[in-house]
Amino acid sequence: MTEPLLSIHHISKTFPMARNFRDVVTRSPRQTLRALRDVSLTVRPGEVVGVVGESGCGKSTLGRCIAGLETPEHGDMLWQGAPISAGENRRTRARHIQMVFQDPYASLNPRMTLGQTLEEVLRVHGLAGDAARRRERVDELMLMVGLAPALKERLPHTISGGQRQRICIARALAAEPQLIVADEPVSALDASVQAQIINLLEDLRAKLNIALIFIAHDLNVVRHISDRVAVMYLGEIVETAAAEALFTRPLHPYTRGLLAAIPIPDPKRRTSVPSVEGEIPDPLSPPIGCGFSTRCSHVIHPCRVRHPDLHQTGEHGVRCLNPAATRPFADPGSVYPATGNQ
Amino acid sequence: MSAAHNTLAVEHLRVTFGKAPNAATAVDDVSFEIRQGEVFGLVGESGCGKSVTCRSLIQLFGGSRPSAMTGSISFEGRNLAALQPKDLVKVRGSEIAMIFQDPMTALNPTMKVGRQIEEGLRQHEKLSARQAREKAITLLKSVGVMAPERRLDSYPHAFSGGMRQRVLIAIALACRPKLLIADEPTTALDVTVQDQILKLILKLRAEIGMAVLLVTHDLGVVAQTCDRVAVMYAGRIVELATTEQLFAKPSHPYTRALLNALPAHGGRGGRLQPIGGSPPSLAAPPPGCRFHPRCSLAIPACELQQPPLAAIQEGHSAACIRIGEPA
Amino acid sequence: MKLLSQETVRRFKQNRNLQVGLFLLAVIVLTSLFGPSLVPYDPEELDFGNPLLAPTLQHPFGTDDLGRDVLARVVAAGQVDMQVVAVCVLLPFLIGSTIGLVSGYFGGWIDRVIMRFVDILWAFPFYVLVISIVGALGPSTTNIYLAFSLVVWISFARIVRGEVLLARRLEYTLAASVLGYSHARIMLRHILPNVITPAIVFMMADVVLTILGVTSLGFLGLGIQPPTPEWGVMIADGRNFIQDGWWISLFPGLAIVLVGLTFTLIGDGLDDLLRPKA
Repeated sequence: MTEPLLSIHHISKTFPMARNFRDVVTRSPRQTLRALRDVSLTVRPGEVVGVVGESGCGKSTLGRCIAGLETPEHGDMLWQGAPISAGENRRTRARHIQMVFQDPYASLNPRMTLGQTLEEVLRVHGLAGDAARRRERVDELMLMVGLAPALKERLPHTISGGQRQRICIARALAAEPQLIVADEPVSALDASVQAQIINLLEDLRAKLNIALIFIAHDLNVVRHISDRVAVMYLGEIVETAAAEALFTRPLHPYTRGLLAAIPIPDPKRRTSVPSVEGEIPDPLSPPIGCGFSTRCSHVIHPCRVRHPDLHQTGEHGVRCLNPAATRPFADPGSVYPATGNQ
Repeated sequence: MSAAHNTLAVEHLRVTFGKAPNAATAVDDVSFEIRQGEVFGLVGESGCGKSVTCRSLIQLFGGSRPSAMTGSISFEGRNLAALQPKDLVKVRGSEIAMIFQDPMTALNPTMKVGRQIEEGLRQHEKLSARQAREKAITLLKSVGVMAPERRLDSYPHAFSGGMRQRVLIAIALACRPKLLIADEPTTALDVTVQDQILKLILKLRAEIGMAVLLVTHDLGVVAQTCDRVAVMYAGRIVELATTEQLFAKPSHPYTRALLNALPAHGGRGGRLQPIGGSPPSLAAPPPGCRFHPRCSLAIPACELQQPPLAAIQEGHSAACIRIGEPA
Repeated sequence: MKLLSQETVRRFKQNRNLQVGLFLLAVIVLTSLFGPSLVPYDPEELDFGNPLLAPTLQHPFGTDDLGRDVLARVVAAGQVDMQVVAVCVLLPFLIGSTIGLVSGYFGGWIDRVIMRFVDILWAFPFYVLVISIVGALGPSTTNIYLAFSLVVWISFARIVRGEVLLARRLEYTLAASVLGYSHARIMLRHILPNVITPAIVFMMADVVLTILGVTSLGFLGLGIQPPTPEWGVMIADGRNFIQDGWWISLFPGLAIVLVGLTFTLIGDGLDDLLRPKA
C-alpha cells in the first residue's frame, strides 16, 4: 500500500458568529458555528477523493483547510507523513497543494491577461528559468488544458466560463502540485461544458498522476470521477467508502436519501414522495445525538441522545447507530436508460 | 377538462434586445402551447432564451427591456402581447403567477413574511385583514411550512432557502392561478430540498388544476416532473415532444448530445461525451442551423437553411434536416 | 497590466462626460500655466487711478478696489489654488488608500485599531477640524496641506478598506494566497488595481470639496495670505463692493464652479470607464 500523500486526523474548525445587539444586552455568550467536527481523511498519490454534501455541510471548509486558506483548531494534517504546521511557509505548501474554485467569473484577476496570470506563478516560484523559457512553459500549460496559446493576450472577461475554468486549472498546474483541491469546479458550468472539464481533470490525473479532492454537490459527477467518496452532513463525515460501494450499497440513511433525491433522467422511473423530509437543522444548535436524527426515517431512540462514532468495516465507514445494512437499496444509477445511440 | 383546451398558446414569438448592429435576438420564432393542467418544460443551457421566453409572456423584464417583441401570446383566449400594462398587471399575480430562481432575493427582507403573503391576498381578493391572515395560515400549511401561525411573524432572514421558496409558492398560488411560471425554481436549492419542492409543485398542480411552465437546465428535473417538453438552443426550439418521447427517442442531435454529456450512466470510468465548442453569440448566430458548428452529424446543407420543426410522430417534432434519414 | 485595451478605447469614445471633463481640465491647466504670461497686467500691481472699473475690452473682468486687474488675479489664483488642491487631494489619497488597503487586508487587531481611530476623526465635522488645525498652527501653505491630509485620508481609507474586504473574499485573491504569493504581491497586484477605482472617483469629488475648502479658508482669512491672489480671498474682498463691483466676486466664483464641474464630469466619466466588465 502506498504511503498517503495527505492524511488528516480528527480536525475541527469553528467560526465565531457576530453578536447582535440583543446578545450584547442579554450578555449571552458568543455563538460558534462548528463547520468541521472531527474529520479524518486520507488521500493517496493520484487518487480522486470525492467529498459530497449539501450546502453548509462543511465540505468547502474542509477544502479550504487543506489548501491552507483556513487553519483547523484541533487535529493534525500530515503531508507525506510530516505534519503541516500552521505557520508553514505558504510557498512550500503551494508547490504541494493547489486549488480550483467554483466561480470561473470571480477566480481570475480581471485586470491581468491569461498569459500574465500563468506566468506570475512561474516567476514567483522561480520555475521554468528565464523569460523565454517561461513563455514556452505558458504555451505548454495552455495546450495542456486544451486552449490555444494565442488566447494568452486576452483578458478574462473576453472568454467563456469553460475556458476560464481551464485557465484556473492551468494556473494550479503551473505550480506543479501533487494534489489539487477542486471546490465545485463544474457546478457553475452548463452540462455540455461540465463534461469537457471533467474529462480534462481525468486526463490530467492519468497523465500527471495528480491526486484530486473533488468537492461537489452533484452526486452523478462525483460518482463518475471519484475513487473514494466521503459524504458530509453538518460538519461531519457520515459515510465514506470506495465510490462503487458507496453508490451501490450505501449504509447511512442520509446517503440513501441524497442518492434517491437526484432527479433521474428517465420519465419511467418517477417517484411521488420526497426521499428526505425536512431541512438541515440550524448548525448553530445542532441536535445532541446524531445530526441526521431530526430527518431520518429509521431513527431509533438512542439516535436522539447519543452521538454516533464513525464505524469502520474495512474501507467502508458509517456514522450511524441503525445503519441500513439489511434494508435493500435500488441503485438509481444502475438503471439509467441508454439514451441517444448515435 | 377537454384535452384540446390550451391554457397558453405562443406563436412566432421573437424578442430582440439592443439596437442594430449589436441587436441580439434572444428568442427567435418560438411557438408552443401549454394545455390545461399540464407541466410543460422549457429546457436548455444558459443563454438559450428559455428565461427570456417566459418573462416575455408576462412582460416582466426588470432593467433590460427588449427593443422589439413580436408574435402572439394567447392566454385563455386573450392576446397578452397586445394588453396594456395596467391590464397585464391584473393578469399577473392572479391568473398567471411566477416563481423565480433565487428565493433569497425575491422576498422583501424588511417586511414580515405574513404581511407579504397577506398583501397579495388583500389586493386581488379584497379580503379583510383577519380573513387574509387565516388564508395565509392555510396557504403556508398547504406548502408544508410547519407552525405557520408562528412563522407568519418572522422576517425572511429566519427562513432557509427551501422555506423561502415554499413561501414564494404560497404567495404565487394564493389566487389559484391558471398558469404558474417557474423559472429554475430549484437551481439554488440543495438536492434533497429540490426533490421536496418539485414534488410540492406537482401536488399543488393536481389540487388546483393549474398548468405549469417549468424552466430548467436539468434534464433529470424534466424527466421527473414534466408532461411535455421543448428543448431550446440559441433562441430557437429544436425539439418538442412528450417527456416519454423525448427520453425514449431523442431526435435532435443537440438533445442527444445533451443527454450523452451527462455523467449519469452509472459507475465510473468511461469518458463523458461533451459537446465541443460553446453556444453561439445571439448577436451573430451562424447561418443555417444554429447547432451545425458543434454538430457531429452536420452536412454542408445544414449551413444553408434554418430547418423548421418537422413532425416525427404524433406530438413529437424536431428541427433538423437529417431527421428523416436512416441513423 | 493592460490598461488601454481596444475595449477601453471604445468605451472612452462613447464617454461624453469624460471627454468634456478632460477638455475643461486641459483648458484650466493651460490657463494656469500660460495665462499669467499672456495677461498684460501684474496681479499684484496696484493702480489707484483705476479702481472698480466695470468689465471692458481693456479689463475683460474689470478691476478691483485697488485697481488690480481681476482677470490677471483670477488666472494667477488658479495657479495657486490648483497647486494647493492637487497636494491636498493627492496626499490624503495616497495615505488613506495605503492605510485602507493594509487595514482591510490584514483585518484583526490592526484593522480594529485603525478603524476606531477613523471613527473618532469621523465624528468631527470636516470644517471644524480643518479650521482648528490651521487656526492652531497658523495660516500657511504647509499647514493647509497638513490639515487636509490629517482630515481627508479617513474617507479614502474607509472607501478602500470596504472594497478590500469584498475583494479579499473573491476567488482570485484566495487563489493568489493558495499559490503562495507574498502579502505585498497579493495586495499590490491582485487587490489594489481592482479596488482603487472608487477611490479615484471619490478623489475627483474630493477635488471639488477641497477647492471649496481651500477657498473657504481663504474667505475666512485662514488660507493663502494676501497679497497672493486666491479665489476665496478675492470673493471675500469683493464682498464689500458687491453693489458697485459685482465682478470682483463673480469671476473667481465662476472659476470655482468651473473647476467643480470639470472634476465632477471627470469623476463620473472615470466611474464608467474604469468599472471592470464582469
